[in-house]
Amino acid sequence: MSTPMVDVRGVHKSYGPLEVLRGVDLQVHPGEVTVIIGPSGSGKSTLLRSINHLEKIDRGYVAIDGEFVGYRRSGDRLHELREREILRRRTQIGFVFQNFHLFPHLTVRENVTEAPISAQGRPRGQAEALATELLAQVGLSDKADAYPRQLSGGQQQRVAIARALALRPKVVLFDEPTSALDPELVGEVLEVMKALARSGTTMIVVTHEIGFAREVADTVVFMDAGQIVEHGPPRQVLDRPRHHRTRAFLSKVL
Amino acid sequence: MTAPAVLEEAAAESAGSLTVIKARHPGRWIAGAVVAVLLAMAVNALVTNPAWDWPVVGAYLFHPSVLHAVLFTVELTALGIVLGFLLGTVLALMRLSRVPLLASAAWGYVWLFRSVPLILQLLFWYNLAALYKQISFGVPFGPAFFSVDSMDLIGPVTAAALGLALHQAAYAAEIVRGGFLSVDPGQLEAAAALGIPRARQIFRIQLPQAMRSIVPAAGNEIIGLVKGTSVVYIMALPELFYQVQVIYNRNGRVIAMLLVAAIWYLVLTTVLSAAQYYVERRFGRGLARALPPTPLQRVRGILTVRRAARRQRPARGGRR
Repeated sequence: MSTPMVDVRGVHKSYGPLEVLRGVDLQVHPGEVTVIIGPSGSGKSTLLRSINHLEKIDRGYVAIDGEFVGYRRSGDRLHELREREILRRRTQIGFVFQNFHLFPHLTVRENVTEAPISAQGRPRGQAEALATELLAQVGLSDKADAYPRQLSGGQQQRVAIARALALRPKVVLFDEPTSALDPELVGEVLEVMKALARSGTTMIVVTHEIGFAREVADTVVFMDAGQIVEHGPPRQVLDRPRHHRTRAFLSKVL
Repeated sequence: MTAPAVLEEAAAESAGSLTVIKARHPGRWIAGAVVAVLLAMAVNALVTNPAWDWPVVGAYLFHPSVLHAVLFTVELTALGIVLGFLLGTVLALMRLSRVPLLASAAWGYVWLFRSVPLILQLLFWYNLAALYKQISFGVPFGPAFFSVDSMDLIGPVTAAALGLALHQAAYAAEIVRGGFLSVDPGQLEAAAALGIPRARQIFRIQLPQAMRSIVPAAGNEIIGLVKGTSVVYIMALPELFYQVQVIYNRNGRVIAMLLVAAIWYLVLTTVLSAAQYYVERRFGRGLARALPPTPLQRVRGILTVRRAARRQRPARGGRR
């Protein structure tokens, strides 16, 4: 089998006495879509944020395409990288937040071109061409000059997806991308994500949208209390869960 | 008749035939009249009393020595604000830095310069030459490359500008820091997740959003400093307040000369207030769905509506 695009091994993370991640292993292969489900407080978001080093982990490691995020290995030691280096490696990872976090003082186009220009050093013209292409892809070609506040929540989240894709990342992480949206706006965001998945983008999605998981995921991961309890293809995990905690969770959300 | 019945009856009539009569507000008219009378009395008291010496005010308002003093006041204000906010921004970034010594040094600076009255600080700078005769540049605690006389380096004007700027920096630091703290932490997180370099995160993402709360407070500070420069009179520098004192000591027209100064301070702060309004609009981009119209646009809008209404009026009369 190919080397995993995302390789999470033995990750532990505590906030003071509270152990949020207790030895998590997860491999995602290129082009795969992995959906993480689980009750709130189970460590899903923390795991996702550890993958792009927004959270520092206490033990274990995370590698993207064979390269550690946030650390450099020499022998059996991991040296924490300097911020500049971490920032550069992060450009390989797209991140979509629950609350969009678009830059409100920049137009939609500026939001999308900011990181390619300032983090990757692309020429402005090239970055703008890419932005035009990506905004068309998320169905917002006509909104390039609008400010985020002038858009609906669903439109804002689609801009955020375009912004994450503008880095041409190796993997895109979605942290509950539809949880802050009005119910009638969830569909348009999920449609964009489905199209992305079909185009072969490697994705890790934390979500409560079980329908999306069933339709799009190659692997569904169920987390509880800082551990991966069960993982496998959606039909197995969602329809014939082996673990009683998975069954208990699904009986509540389905 | 019950309320639903009233509604039904109203609905039964054709909707167009019902006319809305606006409520009358006699209280508002009375309050307005009272204020108008008070204003008229105030204007009358100002204009008719010869003790105000309006002809003298007129004669000195644009007197060259007064204009020079106004210019000097503007220069001091500009120096104080620009240097003060530059240093203040550095202090604010130090205060927010992860290096404990930087953060505490900035805290100490703010503590010291906010605690000592401005007038005292100015006198300290003015008398610096008495404290340190020579100022040397070289290796810290080591040999000096060259030295200069404190008197030559820090004259009264430099001392005044420096004093105002250093004092202003302490307040500016807190205003800028408050501005940074008012930006949603998610913004920095998003910038970090996108790999945007640290300096760019601060100046492209954080600072423009922080400006929204910095500008109103900074406007206060600038206007405060315009008037605060009058403290410099103790250093016998020819700013506005000192200059009018010089003149009234000569011609004895105290009230008139104080009026001259007051009028110029009014003019300066009015210009600054107007400037602040437009700067705030600039940094309000993207924060409201549409920017509110400027006062000029509003006046123009009202005039257009009036004109349109006047054109329509005959037509409406005809329909009747």
